[in-house]
Amino acid sequence: MHPVRKQRLILVLVLVVLSSAAVGFVAYAMRGNIDFFYPPKAFAAGEVPMEKRIRAGGCVIPGSVQRADDSLDVQFVITDGVAELTVVFDKILPDLFAEGEAAVIAGRLLPSGVLQADQVLAKHDENYTPPEVADTMVSHEACMNGGKI
Amino acid sequence: MIPELGHFALSIGLLLAIALAVVPMAGSYSSRPVWMAAGRPLALGIFVFVLIAFACLTTAFVQSDFTVNYVAHNSNSILPVYYKVTAVWGGHEGSILLWLLIQAGWAAAVALFGRQLPEELSARVLSVLGFVLIGFFLFILFTSNPFDRTLPFPPMEGSDLNPLLQDPGMIFHPPLLYMGYVGFSVAFAFAIAALLGGHLDAVWARWVRPWTAVAWGFLTLGIALGSWWAYYELGWGGWWFWDPVENASLMPWLVGTALLHSLAVTEKRGLFKSWTILLAIFAFSLSLLGTFLVRSGVITSVHAFATDPLRGSFILSFLAVVIGLSLLLFAIRAPAVSARSVFSFRSLETFLLGNNIILVLIMGMVLTGTLYPLLADAMNWGKISVGPPFFNLFFVPLTVLLCLLLGIGVRANWKDSRWDKLLTAWRLPFLASLIVALLWPLALGDYHWGAVFGIFIGVWVFASSIADIISKTRNASSFFAGLKRQRASYYGMHIAHIGLAVAVLGVVLTTVYSVEEDLRMGAGDSYQVAGYDFKFDGIRMAQGPNYRAFEGVLHVSKNGDSVAELYPQKRNYLSGGNTMTEAAIDTGLFRDIYVALGEPLDRSNPNGDWAMRLQYKAFVVWIWLGALLMALGGAIAVADKRYRKVKAARSVEVIGNVATA
Repeated sequence: MHPVRKQRLILVLVLVVLSSAAVGFVAYAMRGNIDFFYPPKAFAAGEVPMEKRIRAGGCVIPGSVQRADDSLDVQFVITDGVAELTVVFDKILPDLFAEGEAAVIAGRLLPSGVLQADQVLAKHDENYTPPEVADTMVSHEACMNGGKI
Repeated sequence: MIPELGHFALSIGLLLAIALAVVPMAGSYSSRPVWMAAGRPLALGIFVFVLIAFACLTTAFVQSDFTVNYVAHNSNSILPVYYKVTAVWGGHEGSILLWLLIQAGWAAAVALFGRQLPEELSARVLSVLGFVLIGFFLFILFTSNPFDRTLPFPPMEGSDLNPLLQDPGMIFHPPLLYMGYVGFSVAFAFAIAALLGGHLDAVWARWVRPWTAVAWGFLTLGIALGSWWAYYELGWGGWWFWDPVENASLMPWLVGTALLHSLAVTEKRGLFKSWTILLAIFAFSLSLLGTFLVRSGVITSVHAFATDPLRGSFILSFLAVVIGLSLLLFAIRAPAVSARSVFSFRSLETFLLGNNIILVLIMGMVLTGTLYPLLADAMNWGKISVGPPFFNLFFVPLTVLLCLLLGIGVRANWKDSRWDKLLTAWRLPFLASLIVALLWPLALGDYHWGAVFGIFIGVWVFASSIADIISKTRNASSFFAGLKRQRASYYGMHIAHIGLAVAVLGVVLTTVYSVEEDLRMGAGDSYQVAGYDFKFDGIRMAQGPNYRAFEGVLHVSKNGDSVAELYPQKRNYLSGGNTMTEAAIDTGLFRDIYVALGEPLDRSNPNGDWAMRLQYKAFVVWIWLGALLMALGGAIAVADKRYRKVKAARSVEVIGNVATA
């Protein structure tokens, strides 16, 4: 075989092997490391797996934020207008976290039906609601009324 | 009046850009020197008109002209004047104008510094840049006009710049990043011109290398500055989040890095030609993709502004045209430029190919992780997000492999290297790195095998560079005489590689040895974190130009010796009631002490307990110092004399051609 073609063949074979390995690797990595997003109504319907990292979002019901007296532990309830979900968290809440506003929570669902948050994200400024929350959210007014429409 | 002037200047710019895209290109096909020569004045003219538009918008900001919609949304009369100026690019419309200004600036730079380029090549390069400029002119004029008025009822007061953006980082981060993004358009234009001309040689590669290195250096700085800014302002001490917007800037950087290395092979050995062209096309396409991701609002991010679907579809169509046309051209013309020769697998060429494959693989995986959630959403597979574990899972091993190969490859020769020579060359750096890796963690507290491994990787890269410099000076009369003999680009390469080593060490050490505590603290409380005592002396009020703040007073000491007084703030901006956390950091070469004020746990009593984050960040500065060294390496490489000698050689060659013709 012509040396140029031979070298090209080797390179192509190496590339094919490498890229198939890469595709397999990505598929494997994807399977374990993507976080699904669920609105509170999916929790109520029992569609959410336990003890797996997931994301949830909704609006924080006014008056639902309760703090511990001696630690950072905090508990609040979010709603999508259909169902409610209790969230517990033990770190610092973001600056723009507020009652009556949207929040996205990454965490795990405990067997007790409570969401243990690893991370709480609030909107970035006054005019911006995370799109995934906007899609599942009821109106701001409904949220202010405790999630009842 | 001034905003209309700006708008008018943009319209003239568009007309000139159309002329730039058409006239020199047509001239190059019909051998009309005058048409080809029109490229330079046109490029300079466009720059001048965009500069006028930019100055008009800046004036509107400085004068707080709230009849301009964009100013009313992104400024406020009590904003300090330097933030009024940076607020010009604080929103979507203005940041596109900044992009356009820099794009026009690069085209003007090519016109100015490319005088010695062959007439035909220069005409085509400028025309391609003109085409890109048309896209951005249309984008700004039809979907994102910063000069739109709020008449007839202008607001009395502007709604203020997002407090997150009221930071010195805002002055430098966007311009540097855009210099990088847009700079890749020059390599792209050269690649397209080479395809059109069907001619790609070492001289071409020598032309493209400095442009690419400059763009790459800016992009490196822009990303590093963004990371640093996130660290102290936004991220509560995190420096990389695998946020889609960070990924959007990392992807062109990865391909740009691959391109720099592939260009070296193209210049020195005349190989990898079509691959180099493909990388140049992708580096710029990924920059455009980044813009699309950031500006279309398809992703959740701090960088996503309130959005208009028209903008997203415009950039997406523009992206499709750019990628589609260039790949079509590539498919037709690549055989004309590709090299037909072999290289030994035991050579520097092979190692650089390995470098390219790994970098492109990393880019591919980052791209997959970034776009998969969008795809899943579009296909109704559910709303998902891809988090850091996915990215780390492949990024870490691939980077390790890249660094290991780098240490070996940097000692390899072009064409053919003997294995036994390479083996002797590795022995010393290998042993040195192993010893340092085993000993260093003893000085850092807990002995951690992950740290040993990570330190080995970083020191390996460093030691290989040093070993190479020593071996290159071996035959000279003295060490310094040997140092003098090497080219600037040789040192640029090693400094950039050492920068990588420093950044790797920073990432490893900060990941392994940093400590973070979220605490509830009242006045008088004190806590120990990583051997440092943090005493909270209470909260006081502080007043800024346009905000009021609660300011925590913390005294940090170690073994009774005072280390620092830190004043973290919780700011309330007067204009919009926005709240912002301003961390206090005591920076050092080996560690940062980082304190951020959370919130008062009893909202009605700011003198009560506060949520507080105390952090010890080991070696975190090294990450950005490493990036700084990389960019410095790029700058030094560009200063190499041979990039200027080319001009002389080239003009001789051209004269020779004329003589024989």
